[in-house]
Amino acid sequence: MKITRAASRSQVATDGVGDTEPTLLAIEDLAAGYPVRRRLTDVLRREPRHAVRAVDGISLTLRRGEMIALVGESGCGKTTTAHAILRMIEPTAGVIRFNGQDITTLPANRLRPLRRRMQMIYQDPYESLDPRFRVGATIEEPLLIHGIGGSSKERAARVVGALGRAGLSPPEQYLDRFPHELSGGQRQRVAIAASIILEPELLVADEPVSMLDVSVRAGVLSLLGGLRRSGELGILMITHDLSTAAHFADRIAVMFLGRIVEQGPARDVIDDPRHPYTQALISVVPKRDPRDSSPRKILTGETPNAMKIPAGCRFYGRCPIREERCLHTDPGLQPPADPAGERHEVACLRR
Amino acid sequence: MLEVRDLNVWFDLGGGNELHAVRGLDLSLEPADRVGLVGESGCGKTTTILAMVGLLPPSASVAGSVLLNGIDLLARGEGSVRPHRWRDIAVVFQGAMNAFNPVKTVGAQIREPMELHGIASGPQASSATRELLELVGIPGSAATRFPHEFSGGMRQRASIAMALACRPKVLLADEPTTALDVIVQAQILELLVRLTRELGLTLLLVTHDLPVVAQVCDRAAVMYAGEIVESAPIDDLYHDPRHPYTRLLFAATPDLFGDEEVISIPGEPPRLDRPIHACPFRTRCDRAFDLCANQRPALRPVGIFRTAACHLNDLRVASDMAGRRTPS
Repeated sequence: MKITRAASRSQVATDGVGDTEPTLLAIEDLAAGYPVRRRLTDVLRREPRHAVRAVDGISLTLRRGEMIALVGESGCGKTTTAHAILRMIEPTAGVIRFNGQDITTLPANRLRPLRRRMQMIYQDPYESLDPRFRVGATIEEPLLIHGIGGSSKERAARVVGALGRAGLSPPEQYLDRFPHELSGGQRQRVAIAASIILEPELLVADEPVSMLDVSVRAGVLSLLGGLRRSGELGILMITHDLSTAAHFADRIAVMFLGRIVEQGPARDVIDDPRHPYTQALISVVPKRDPRDSSPRKILTGETPNAMKIPAGCRFYGRCPIREERCLHTDPGLQPPADPAGERHEVACLRR
Repeated sequence: MLEVRDLNVWFDLGGGNELHAVRGLDLSLEPADRVGLVGESGCGKTTTILAMVGLLPPSASVAGSVLLNGIDLLARGEGSVRPHRWRDIAVVFQGAMNAFNPVKTVGAQIREPMELHGIASGPQASSATRELLELVGIPGSAATRFPHEFSGGMRQRASIAMALACRPKVLLADEPTTALDVIVQAQILELLVRLTRELGLTLLLVTHDLPVVAQVCDRAAVMYAGEIVESAPIDDLYHDPRHPYTRLLFAATPDLFGDEEVISIPGEPPRLDRPIHACPFRTRCDRAFDLCANQRPALRPVGIFRTAACHLNDLRVASDMAGRRTPS
């Protein structure tokens, strides 16, 4: 059986249609995985060590001033992708360029100064803040770790500035509070203040609002949107919620089983999805209007095990429009015949 | 059929402090109804359903009545609820799919309540178990498998099958799809709708997710600070909300295709361990006026099959009457 790869490399890294913002992060063909524990019998039989290839062939470009939402179901590799980009796990293949510099294999001592330029915001603001630290100390800590920020007076001013930028006002009132005295939305704003105090260029936000109440989510998302619009940083937001991605991100990348299957401008991906998986996802998202009766495409079958990835298209088993050739050819991400917008790409042989 | 009247729940916080979690709640459910109970964390929605089936912790005290075909389940504490729990009213909890015993087969855990309540036993219980699994879209043969062999979605289906084991008339579902992916969520929501149609089951769906309610329910009650602030057919609730909180909650929920700005609601809900004066929502409301700080708005009829607790509706009535008077 001949296995071909229709297109191995994405076009996104090089095009720059209608947008002059410099590229902040360029990822090409990134792969990362986790080793699987061998059973004793496997060791005795000298079976090779298996790895879950959690993500594979990921290509993505993030510009300064841009927010990309990485969406997909749990286990599709969204978080693994983010961790590999930040080198929290080591990528097994591919190239990561940050501000044009290849950081894929940069040794730890040279990566460290770059780390403060890349910050992460976590899902659970109840877990990510140290309960024994006052807000002021939590936000100041990154400055101390990186040995920057000048005198204690200058640092205090930067802490107040970061709190203000995170939308906590008046900022002075929050300095001496403990996390338990804050609401969920306020805690997430404190976590954001602690991550922006180092003036990062890349912010990775992993499900930043999914633990928060509906009434405060928009505020936190608008805050991230505003930071991005200031033009100083780019944001990679991981979310399972397509509606959130549609409203707050500039671009959406849809992941399925470790691959990006479709990416493009947020509105284009939502209004004119091309990959059958994106189409199915969109059709099942509950709509706010009770009169909405658009048909739902409920996929059958189960997503294949990440340890036994099929040779051809990974979506084959669940795809409503599959053909014989899809079984053998792994579709690369490329612009469809009539793209909905600029930099719109889809990994499907039938588009 | 099932009527909740003036339900109040207090939690003892120790040191003479009490948290008044549910405040004078009324709710009525008819056969095959699909009703949503919507609100944000801490609004009392889960406490309400726990109170309905007598599963509150000992630190809670309850007042009011839960009438099932005229019988008050709260009249004599545990003794009056027990015969009806699971047999007449069943609950599917949030994360129920993770509540299975890992060392027992799924089938054994579904038949257990049947045998305990004397509904069926022996081969009869086995065939009933298989039927229940098939009803929720799992092959009957899977009864002999263990929970870890099921996917998250299948476990949630199985937990619904378990809740239905004693053929209840009412199913209380607390955030049944919150931990699930959208495709699985869509399957479970379809299943719940189908069960109300095929079995005449009454569904009370507790969730913070308005679009889920919009998709599943015929009507919904919106809770805020322990009270129902608005109750209406779901279509009216979305297209013509009569409480500012309902309107703002919809505005804070991003819609996949909508392009209007998503806005958050400023401020926080009031503390429930202190008395609430006047309107509980007034500090966050964009339409509050002087009366809202002085007088508590009662939950009043504001149309056909709908109620709301907001002074604005009285103003509306007043201006309507004034309008009607002018032409004559």
